[in-house]
Amino acid sequence: MPDPQLFTFTLGLADDALVLGHRLSEWSGKAPSLEEDIALSNLGLDLIGQARLLYTHAGAIEGRGRDEDQLAYFRDDRAYRNLLIVELPRGDFASTMVRQLMWAAFMHPYYDTMTRSGDAELSGIAGKAVKEMAYHVRYAAEWVIRLGDGTPESRRRVTAALVDLWGYTGEMFEMDGGEQDLVTQRIAPDRSALRPIWDRTLDRVLTQAALPRPKDRYMQSGGRAGRHTEHLGHLLAEMQVLARAHPGAKW
Amino acid sequence: MVNAGVADIEVERARSVVSAVPDPEIPVITIADLGVLRGVERRNGIVVVTLTPTYTGCPATLTIRLDVEAALAQAGIDGARVETVLSPAWSTDDITQEGSDKLRAYGIAPPARSTGKAARLFADATISCPRCGSTNSTRISQFGSTPCKALWRCEACREPFDVFKCL
Repeated sequence: MPDPQLFTFTLGLADDALVLGHRLSEWSGKAPSLEEDIALSNLGLDLIGQARLLYTHAGAIEGRGRDEDQLAYFRDDRAYRNLLIVELPRGDFASTMVRQLMWAAFMHPYYDTMTRSGDAELSGIAGKAVKEMAYHVRYAAEWVIRLGDGTPESRRRVTAALVDLWGYTGEMFEMDGGEQDLVTQRIAPDRSALRPIWDRTLDRVLTQAALPRPKDRYMQSGGRAGRHTEHLGHLLAEMQVLARAHPGAKW
Repeated sequence: MVNAGVADIEVERARSVVSAVPDPEIPVITIADLGVLRGVERRNGIVVVTLTPTYTGCPATLTIRLDVEAALAQAGIDGARVETVLSPAWSTDDITQEGSDKLRAYGIAPPARSTGKAARLFADATISCPRCGSTNSTRISQFGSTPCKALWRCEACREPFDVFKCL
């Protein structure tokens, strides 16, 4: 039986992974060195792989015959359910690394919890994704430490990125009523319960990087309700144009 | 009609054919060596081959599936089905000893045996150079030419080499 709450929830996770995967793919061919170029493409590939599995599962839950491509390429920005932090422009290398640390430090324990989901498919996807996210945490952490404890210029940039992105971290811990219900049913992980783990990882890395933790302030929100920044529309335009110009094309 | 207790010759043939399918990225090992071949069985009359992906985004996943289908067709096994399962998640511990030996002989350091996720997060395992065997090695990059590999350098023989990442 179709379950609209489970569909919306799974779609949100898929959108998060696809949008951030696309942002990382923007570095392909442009990263500061060959090793980082390969690394960022690999990270993007992990996220797009996770998105494909999640979209396929969402389509099956919905039961209207929509496949991964239909869900990814034929929805407009207002129908996207990703969190705002993943859609922000990639910025400079420091900004990409800070976002990846914030994101992976949350998603690693998130998927770890989701391996025990009552939904067998979500649990299976989480079992794959948790291993991949461990590498993301480590990679991003190493760079944030190197940049924070590096030159005055790298320190200036990584500090600015931390301050800019901090206001988008609160949304990772928010849940609407539908998601709360899934938590009660032991299908979805409880986001708010992951706060201490996330704090610990961030504090550990920031201390080593000799970077001050930004003060909590007003937190941006709205992605899960389809209220996005202007940046998502531009991202989707580039990502979707080919599929929309040639509907049904195979490659 | 297949009698219980009698070997299912077609299933055995399918198993031997698909076990020999090489990994598309690292053709010195087979998909059986890699541990992505989960099973070959008869279900409701047809032969079912079960595969599992390594990394979720690995482009080789589709190629492996197509190669398996082609191998089955070539062996004249009609109507076989290829399924993909995610659970239990593939781990580098699923690589056979023979697979590890083939990787090393090919110049790729086989993965360290996994020790638990906490240790993996911030610490490196000891990696021996597949050429000279020295453990005096340094990680150049966590990410290599395919999702499953990292790039290391041997400080003894000075050669860079690929390492199969522990997953």
